[in-house]
Amino acid sequence: MPPAADRKVRRRSRANPVELDRIIHERVRLAIVSALAVNETLTFNELKALLDTSDGNLSVHARRLEDAGYITCDKSFEGRVPRTEYRLTPEGRQALQRYLDHMEALIRRVREP
Amino acid sequence: MRPVRLEPSDSEPIALHQRAINDLRYIRETMERAGEFTAVPGWGGVGMGTIGVVAAYTAARQGDAERWLAVWLGAAVLAIAVATWSMARKARRAGIALLGGPGRKFALSFLPPVVAGAVLTIALYRAGMVDWLAAVWLLLYGAAVATAGTFSVRIVPVMGLCFMVLGIAALFGPASWNDWLLAAGFGGFQIGFGVAIARRHGG
Repeated sequence: MPPAADRKVRRRSRANPVELDRIIHERVRLAIVSALAVNETLTFNELKALLDTSDGNLSVHARRLEDAGYITCDKSFEGRVPRTEYRLTPEGRQALQRYLDHMEALIRRVREP
Repeated sequence: MRPVRLEPSDSEPIALHQRAINDLRYIRETMERAGEFTAVPGWGGVGMGTIGVVAAYTAARQGDAERWLAVWLGAAVLAIAVATWSMARKARRAGIALLGGPGRKFALSFLPPVVAGAVLTIALYRAGMVDWLAAVWLLLYGAAVATAGTFSVRIVPVMGLCFMVLGIAALFGPASWNDWLLAAGFGGFQIGFGVAIARRHGG
């Protein structure tokens, strides 16, 4: 999905809180956001080890989250080795919280008589 | 870092609420694994244990308390060097930062009991109570490993608790047990748990 479509989805999910946030509904992106929720920062390699995925796949999903404003990405050098560090934004934390609320509401709806 | 499973094992269509339950479980599992410090050195632990066995054998043959203490302090310096080197190596190989989030939490939990142990070593030595040192070292090293281990894989806090059991035995048992208990802890446990960590958790 191109970034413009991403923004459309995000606008739609904000307009209707009952609708699922498709940006973090996808497993890799959900894992990135969840992992960053319990760590101030994580490097690209740390996320790659956690998700056991390819460089390309992780890059694509991280970029989607970055475009949505859910995470920030800082690139630097450690000696001569490039280092990419990700951090969750307040907007990303709120999105995860909304997603958790949404999942809990779905479960409650089934369990309540 | 232990990887999380990205795809659900079942490709059959599932009910919405079941998917929600799976998602919540997945988020919790990811958070738990992302918070684990996995650079605890297995083979480094075996190296530390070997130093412990040699130190216990050598210290038990010293005639006085000063020499006994000097042997153990020398062994501690060597063991710290081995631990630091092997942790840095394991972290580098796994592509993780040694003092990133989980590593920093591990270190900050590990250090206070160890510092308390160092201060008590000085105080007890100056008070001529060298017989109590084995209990203090085993208990506080065990406490350090058990508390820091809450940020690591499950075997690490178990190892800490085993050290604490030996510390309690040293505290209430006769002083003649001390060398054996130190050999069992800093030698035997370090080697045994080191092999288990190395086999199950990547070196």
